[in-house]
Parts: sequence; structure tokens; C-alpha cells
Amino acid sequence: MKKNESYEEFIKGIWRDNPVFVQVLGMCPMLAVTNSAVNAIAMGLATFFVLVGSSFLVSSFRNWIPKQVRISCFIIIIATFVTVADYTLLALVPTVHKELGAFIPLIVANCMILGRQEAFASRYPTRLAVMDAMGMASGFMLALFSLGAIREILGDGALFGMNLFGTNFEPWIIMILPPGGFLTLGVILLFFNWFKLKKDEFLAEVAEAERSSR
Amino acid sequence: MDNLLWIFISALLVNNFVLTYFLGLCPFLGVSNSLETSARLGLATTFVMLVTAICAWVLNTYVLVHAPYLRLICFIVVIASTVQFIEMLIKKLSPALFRAMGIFLPLITTNCAILGLAIFATNRSYGFWEGIVYALGAGIGFTLALVLLAGLREESELSNIPKLIRGTAMNLIIAGVLSMAFMGFAGLFSPT
Repeated sequence: MKKNESYEEFIKGIWRDNPVFVQVLGMCPMLAVTNSAVNAIAMGLATFFVLVGSSFLVSSFRNWIPKQVRISCFIIIIATFVTVADYTLLALVPTVHKELGAFIPLIVANCMILGRQEAFASRYPTRLAVMDAMGMASGFMLALFSLGAIREILGDGALFGMNLFGTNFEPWIIMILPPGGFLTLGVILLFFNWFKLKKDEFLAEVAEAERSSR
Repeated sequence: MDNLLWIFISALLVNNFVLTYFLGLCPFLGVSNSLETSARLGLATTFVMLVTAICAWVLNTYVLVHAPYLRLICFIVVIASTVQFIEMLIKKLSPALFRAMGIFLPLITTNCAILGLAIFATNRSYGFWEGIVYALGAGIGFTLALVLLAGLREESELSNIPKLIRGTAMNLIIAGVLSMAFMGFAGLFSPT
């Protein structure tokens, strides 16, 4: 039973409550760094670290943080983790750090992270909070990666720098430039809308059928 | 002088904060459903950006030279509290101005456009006046993008659009087209 519960918290972040595709949170880093799959993964890992770390800390301290100043406390905790992630990336992978540039410090302003602290970590025990954070962060990473991969494949004809289509492929330069980010995410959200609309229709049909059979 | 003009135009059009750096997307998508609200939000953002530029300059010159690793925490805490303080001041001194932009001020303080401005200005080691001009350009550019999107959205409310596309998906695609239009400004100026 206990096991199930934390599994549930983990899995919901990946699909049903996916922070990007369903809740539309954390858009700024999402679009800015996804012009290649590698950058997307680096950003995803940094966000994962920050979200899990700060959820753990916030949830451990949830009984000591006064209600009135909780937001400031959350932000300072998040900022500390972001600083750690920033310096770690600078030390380990300087090239990626240079490419992501100012967007690593900007993880602080990712509304998804603060949102999780406020909505979940500050109310639930540590273990559940960490599971929830891991789920949300994985969902975020999945979204980042799919966007980064689509944009790199279309815009560069390559994935992880490996050429996919040979020399005859004319790259869609627009996809790795800023407009491509907006358009790709727009199209993905369109797909999600369609999926949801179909599901609603299906549920309505089922309800209708049940009513008439009664 | 030329340099300052270049910084202004660059922040305003060529490197528009919303449409090429993707900063401040949450208010951009969230609040842009009416022209009037978005103009007021733009005004408030420009104001906070000016305050931010001044704070960032003060911090960079006097505090952070000794402790660069505190940059992020310092920026957030100082900017948020300064804005809070100014908000109280405005409320006291000019209720009309407070009504125009007051409710937005606390929302904007931890917006990524604000923090991004402070970080970009630091990375490019802008001086005091350069910082101010940069903030002004970025703020007006943000307002411009917001007002443009709000206008398009108000227009689209009245047209017959399939239910499937309505909502965030459509706004993102509109933003993509706007962003393409802004790419046209890329050759406007060249830093000499």
C-alpha cells in the first residue's frame, strides 16, 4: 500500500500531470535551451537536481518554516541548490555550461519548482515529496528531451551531433532559431489537446451508452 | 552615445526578451488576454526592470566583487525587497499610479525576465548608464511583445476558430509567428 502510494506520486508527474505539456509551467528554460538534445538533457539534469534537492529540504523543514515567510524561504533554498548546480556544471562540462549560459541561474525563476514546493513538498512527508519531485523532474526532462530532439532533427538533420539523413537533407534552420521553439511546443500542445478532446468524447459516449442501457 | 543607442535598440527589437530569449513567458501567455491589462503589466515590468538594473549595478560594484558565489541569492533577495519597498512608497505617494500597476508588482519580482536582465547585464559587465538603457529597452520590448500578442488574441476571440486549437497551443503558434517577424530586425544594426 505504502509502496503503491509513492509510486503513484512518481508516475503522475511523467504523464498525467506533466509539468510542461499539461500544466504549461516552466516554459522559459524549456524553450530557450532546447535547440539541441544535449543541451536539453543537461538542463533537465540540472533541474532534476535542484527540484529533488529543494523538495527534500523544504519537506524536512516544513514544520519549522513560518507560514508568513515561506515563499522567501523556498526561494532561498532553491537559489542555493541552483548555485551548486551552476558551479558543478562549470567545473564538469564547461562547454555545455557556456552554451546554456544565463539559463542555469534562471532555473530559480522556473515556476514549476516553486510551484512544487508550495503545492506539495511543504505539506507532505519527505519520502513522498522526494518521489513527487523525481516524477515531476523526470516529466520535465522528458518534455525537454522530446522538444530538443525534434528541433535538432528538423533543424540540423542530426541527433546528438550524429548526421541522420545524409547530405540531401535541407535543414529547417528556423527550427533551431527562437521561432522554432514556439512552433514546436505549440504543435505538441495541439497534439495533447486533440488527445484530450478524443478522450472526453469517448467518455461522453460511454456515459451516454450506460444511460441508455439502464 | 552610439553605444547606448545600440544597446537600447538591441534590447528592444533585435534581442527582444520575450521573442528571442524566451524570458517572461508566464505573464506573456497568462496575462495577454486584454490590451489594457497587458499595457499596464508592461509598464509595471519596465519599472521593475529599471529598479533591477540599479540594484544589480550597486550589488555588482560594492558587494559581489568580494563574494561572487552569492550572486544569485543576493539578486533575488535585494530585488524582491526593493520592489516591495517601492510598492509601499508608491501606495503612499501616488494612489493613482498604484492602481495602474500596483497589483502586478509583487507578481513580477521573481519573474525570469527580471532576473535574466540582472544576469545578462552582469555577464556583459554593463556600467550604470548602460544598465539603465538596457533595462529601458528590454522593458519596452517586453511591453511591445505583450501588447502585440494581446491585440492578436482579442481579435481571435471574435473569429471562428476550431475548438482544438484554442488556448495555449494557439498562443504559442502566434508567438512563433511574431518571433519570426522580429527576426527581420536582426540586420537592422551592427555593433561597430
